[in-house]
Amino acid sequence: MADAHSAQVQTKYAGLAHQFEDLAQQHDADTLGIWVFLVTEIMFFGGVFAAYAIFRWLYFAAFAGGSHLLDIRLGAINTVVLLGSSLTMALSVRSAQIGNRRALVFFLLLTMILGGAFLGVKAYEYHQKFVEHIVPSLDWAPEGDVLARLAPGGLDHAQLYFFFYFAMTGLHALHMIIGIGLLLWLVLRARKGSFTPDYFAPVEVVGLYWHFVDIVWIFLFPLLYLIGGRY
Amino acid sequence: MSTATLEPRVQAPRNYLNADYGWKSWLFTLDHKRIALLYMVSITFFFMIGGFFAVLMRIHLIEPQGALVQPETYNKLFTLHGVIMIFFFLVPSIPTVLGNFLIPLMIGARDLAFPKLNLLSWYIYVIGGLFTLYSAIAGGVDTGWTFYTPYSSTYSNTQVTAVVVGVFINGFSSILTGLNFIVTIHKMRAPGLTWFRMPLFLWALYATSIIMTLGTPVLAISLFLLALEHLFHVGIFSPALGGDPLLFQHLFWFYSHPTVYIMILPAMGVVSEIIACFARKRIFGYKIVGFSSVAIAVLGFLVWGHHMFVTGQSVYAGLIFSFLSFLVAIPSAIKVFNWTSTLYKGSISYEAPMLYALGFIGLFTMGGLTGMFLASLATDVHLNGTYFIVAHFHYIMVGGAVMGYLGGIHFWWPKISGRKYPQGWAALAAAIIFIGFNLTFFPQFILGYLGMPRRYAFYPAEFQVLNVMSSAGASILGVGYLIPLIYFIWSMRYGPVAGANPWGAKGLEWQTSSPPPPENFTQIPVVTEEAYAYAAEEKTSRG
Amino acid sequence: MSHQIVPVKTYIVVFASLIGLTLLTTGVAFIDLGAFNTVAALVIAFCKMLLVIFFFMHLRHSGGLVRVVLLAGFFWLALLISLTMSDYRTRSWTPTPDAWSTTAPPTHP
Repeated sequence: MADAHSAQVQTKYAGLAHQFEDLAQQHDADTLGIWVFLVTEIMFFGGVFAAYAIFRWLYFAAFAGGSHLLDIRLGAINTVVLLGSSLTMALSVRSAQIGNRRALVFFLLLTMILGGAFLGVKAYEYHQKFVEHIVPSLDWAPEGDVLARLAPGGLDHAQLYFFFYFAMTGLHALHMIIGIGLLLWLVLRARKGSFTPDYFAPVEVVGLYWHFVDIVWIFLFPLLYLIGGRY
Repeated sequence: MSTATLEPRVQAPRNYLNADYGWKSWLFTLDHKRIALLYMVSITFFFMIGGFFAVLMRIHLIEPQGALVQPETYNKLFTLHGVIMIFFFLVPSIPTVLGNFLIPLMIGARDLAFPKLNLLSWYIYVIGGLFTLYSAIAGGVDTGWTFYTPYSSTYSNTQVTAVVVGVFINGFSSILTGLNFIVTIHKMRAPGLTWFRMPLFLWALYATSIIMTLGTPVLAISLFLLALEHLFHVGIFSPALGGDPLLFQHLFWFYSHPTVYIMILPAMGVVSEIIACFARKRIFGYKIVGFSSVAIAVLGFLVWGHHMFVTGQSVYAGLIFSFLSFLVAIPSAIKVFNWTSTLYKGSISYEAPMLYALGFIGLFTMGGLTGMFLASLATDVHLNGTYFIVAHFHYIMVGGAVMGYLGGIHFWWPKISGRKYPQGWAALAAAIIFIGFNLTFFPQFILGYLGMPRRYAFYPAEFQVLNVMSSAGASILGVGYLIPLIYFIWSMRYGPVAGANPWGAKGLEWQTSSPPPPENFTQIPVVTEEAYAYAAEEKTSRG
Repeated sequence: MSHQIVPVKTYIVVFASLIGLTLLTTGVAFIDLGAFNTVAALVIAFCKMLLVIFFFMHLRHSGGLVRVVLLAGFFWLALLISLTMSDYRTRSWTPTPDAWSTTAPPTHP
């Protein structure tokens, strides 16, 4: 009977869902599933990248002016932090693969901390935009040196640039927050011993998601912070 | 086998319907078959609401100055009719009802790859629907289902944000369904079921899933940007502030054109299954038909600019889109040729599913051919924004997709419910629907050609006769839709018990009981024959 | 499960390369290369992405199906951007009549 068989299978392969024949098929399906999901995310972010590309081409001077107001050091530091979190994420997947539970938990926590650090820097940068009154619609009143930098490209077009800055980094930050939540879920499961070298697909799946979010930032950094150069 | 003497109250064997009871067993189910029924009930509900708005519009249009509502209300009627019918009925219909139910059965699996995601996608659909219903109740939306900027982003003071949130949320339901289907078809086929032994319904749903996963996210981002613009007025879609309204249209139509293929491809898959069964013949050119589904999915992404020929889009981009739009007609035409060739020298019988399939072929062909007028730049200038467009897409969406859905429900109802429905009433309903449909929408081709604009609450008096004809047709169509609702519900209690394979059809789903057990198969089948291996059984009696 | 276990050293080397490329792209921004600044930035970002995909995301050891899926994603994104851009880039090919001003709003009598 199907029930007795699946009960047997369940005890032998902890974590096997009933619709799959074996853990290999389940792992394959989970991996393909997350990659297909990441492709949907490519199209989602891609839409706003397409819009950005059009407006950057139309109003390059305004975009360059706005870009020069971003703190390039903070952007670079954040890039390094996020790349570091990708390293720790890859190391946590590796720890799960070799069955090292303590290392797995350690690297997951480290990834969370680095992700949190990224968000902290981002929050500071957002705060700076309010201080300088260059937040589209909510607090748009550039003055002094900031105004002088933005005026040549056109203030309306500069506001468009900052709209893209907030929309794109905001969407990215939202994905980071979700990622940190997923990492916390993994930490809790890992501490209970849910993952073995035969069953660690959730760690790999979250890892792939995290790396994708990192790749989005790999493009956001030059596209938002490095427009028009700083010479 | 005939079991006409079996009383409905005799203990039925354990199946997915009676294996568990109570509302929790339905609302927290992970069984793809039960989830399919949850969807069936929900989309029927939304179909009735969208249909109600259509009825109000057709009543209003009996008089040239409008017989029922104020123009502002009329604008809300056509907007919500479009939003609900497209996003909450047509897009989900065949994939979430027939696809969810049949894919694991057709590939010989116990369930889809991700049952929890499947249930989640239904809840997401319901939540999206609730937001949309709220927008209707809280004052309505008057932008058209296309939400064109800058009206929707800057000037309209209707419930734009609420409806956009509803559609945005619903998009995730689509994405998760498509993702589930793609992984299931790739990774969970039974031993021996190669790609080229799969039923064409699976090829169609696979192609549909490609569109769902690649296109819907772009709708999501376009609605997200629209909502931001509506709330913050930064100017991305406003010319006065340096933005471009056409940017919204590019992003919107990048999804919304392929979505028409989401709506029609599954119906084409259903038609392939029905034609093969009721002509007792393998589908002519099986591989070409399978590839044409994928070709439609791919080419469908290249043509969106044909919705924007008269908007100020570059005429050179228009040229490219026009040429590609002609190309995309080819794989559709290939299907029609292949179905026709299948019918030739087939052993044809005219049960209800076949009536719907044959109706589909005729009406879809008409709708598709009229698309050629619209793909052509010069004629589109005259026909765009008129009732010609309305007739064109209703021929495909209603004459095509809805007939395909109804045909599929009639074909697989014995499998889903374990009961048969009365053939006489089913044939009558199909005929009423066919007549009512043509009476409703054929006059609209003429109206559009004569210049009557769409989305107008009033029209010149010389168009009244055709409008009255159209409204009369709509009432007949409405009656036609109600009849199956009645006999299907009736059949669940009083219909004769169907056996495992009442039509004598090929396909793994017919090898298990009707209704199937919760785990679909007592033993995972091994596939040894090609799809539609009807050749050896030209004169077999059915039942 | 045929899952290669990537050595820690590989990950460290990839990470170091990623940092190096980050420093490179930041440094190049301070040099005037005209239009090539944008090209350089995108090329470097592309290389960083490939490193993450192939090593951190294990695409090196993944089957062909995953690679096709990913390629499809990029291809579709390229379609979206290029066909949309083709509208904007070619609008100016059709001359605008002199009477249509592109800056001042029309004045009505």
